[in-house]
Amino acid sequence: MRFLRIAAALAAAAILAGCATQRAPSPRDPLEPMNRAVFEFNDAADRAVFKPVAQGYRAVLPDVVRAGVRNFFSNLRDPWIAVNQLLQGKIELALSDSWRFIVNTTFGIGGVFDVAADMRLPKHNEDFGQTLAVWGLGDGPYLVIPIWGPSTARDGVGLVADAYAYLPWWIPDWLDLEHRVAWQNSLSALDFVNIRANLLDATNILEEAALDRYAFVRDAYFQRRRNLIYDGNPPPEPDADKASAAPRRLETESARESAPFAPAAGTETAPPAASGPQSDAAQVVDPKVPANYSAVLSAGSARVAAAR
Amino acid sequence: MRRLLIPLAFLAALPLAPAIAQNAQAPDALVKEVTQDVIEIIKQDKDIQSGNTRKTVALVEEKVLPHFNFTRMTALAMGINWRKATPDQQKLLVDQFRTLLVRTYSTALTAYRNQTIEFKPLRAPVDADVVVRSEVRQSGTEPVSIDYSMEKTSDGWKVYDVAVGGVSLVTTYRDTFANEVRSGGVEGLIKSLEGKNRQAEKKGD
Repeated sequence: MRFLRIAAALAAAAILAGCATQRAPSPRDPLEPMNRAVFEFNDAADRAVFKPVAQGYRAVLPDVVRAGVRNFFSNLRDPWIAVNQLLQGKIELALSDSWRFIVNTTFGIGGVFDVAADMRLPKHNEDFGQTLAVWGLGDGPYLVIPIWGPSTARDGVGLVADAYAYLPWWIPDWLDLEHRVAWQNSLSALDFVNIRANLLDATNILEEAALDRYAFVRDAYFQRRRNLIYDGNPPPEPDADKASAAPRRLETESARESAPFAPAAGTETAPPAASGPQSDAAQVVDPKVPANYSAVLSAGSARVAAAR
Repeated sequence: MRRLLIPLAFLAALPLAPAIAQNAQAPDALVKEVTQDVIEIIKQDKDIQSGNTRKTVALVEEKVLPHFNFTRMTALAMGINWRKATPDQQKLLVDQFRTLLVRTYSTALTAYRNQTIEFKPLRAPVDADVVVRSEVRQSGTEPVSIDYSMEKTSDGWKVYDVAVGGVSLVTTYRDTFANEVRSGGVEGLIKSLEGKNRQAEKKGD
């Protein structure tokens, strides 16, 4: 990804430019001034170039064609998803995603049709950042990557591996294409437009929803990643805020009891007056979360052992 | 952005709640019925599909709004600051937050494009507080979950939070709200919400 190199240079510039604004610091976002600057830059680039291109793409091509393009690139990502399942000790899912790739590449005509989804081989979402998390690595500070968008130190490292494993860079020799580099560039450019076009609705919603888009995206990103790392079933957050702030606290509390892994903090926060400092403390305690990740990892390796 | 925002796209499937039978209905049945009802209307309404916000807002207000507890949503998003607000301020906050959320929903609805929505059986025994889980499917992306946190009230089941792909609407607003209150007090937050709503209204007309 050539733009990553340009991006690195821009990031350096952004660090210098970003020292202007000062806001209440979030413990997960110590680099906020720099991140905000990169966010503004990304936003400007998006408004000037990427969004209009994506809108044009969407206006010109019929739904069916865009779905084919979406499926095609989605299929090219499945082998790497399978590898990550394997690295996380999820043998069955690794097999399922490998089958997905084989079935869609053949019966789905090069991945243009997602026939595997109808054969109980659903699409999954994995990347190397998630694998690192399962291995026990914490989020690290929040990081807005030029052009790409929200990430963290850990996910940024993951992204490098993901970029390396991006299949359009690996057009096999036997294809013996005359203009290999041109093919690589066209494919990745088309994919980029495809990705942005798929997000048009989401970014419109974001415009409507957010008071502060930067903070909204950041806070959503952490929740989303946590959900993905735990494959959709994260343990309850070590955060008593939700329960303590609710006017109907008793009901929430009773719901909490039924959750087997409810954090002890939830019950400790009983007097509403005490919840102020507690909830702040809960955020600081966040670095503990990786302890849970390794629990997930050991659950994974237990499954590996069972498979043997 | 793609990792995060794809789930946001599925806010389109949020069409919550047609106001049919109320008290007796189980929460999962309620969400399902409302969703199907709203989707049927959208599928037939060319104006909504082409992005007529005014009409969509009307649909949301009629069908979806009655099934939300906006007071609780606002209180949850405010966290500990909720108690700092006077009753008058609380009322203003709920009003402004409701306007903001309704418009966001409406934008999401106009984005709906024939995705399949599947409902999962209720996990917990039906208590006073329950999470109704559903999943939106579209080829080329992984299924995205939409979970509705609901509570039982004398007026039937009410939604007090929605999580799309694990991203809770209420939680996502919490930091922003806390920041606004820290820098401008509760009054400052009210002003920000009003400003946002005014600006969006201008744009919509």
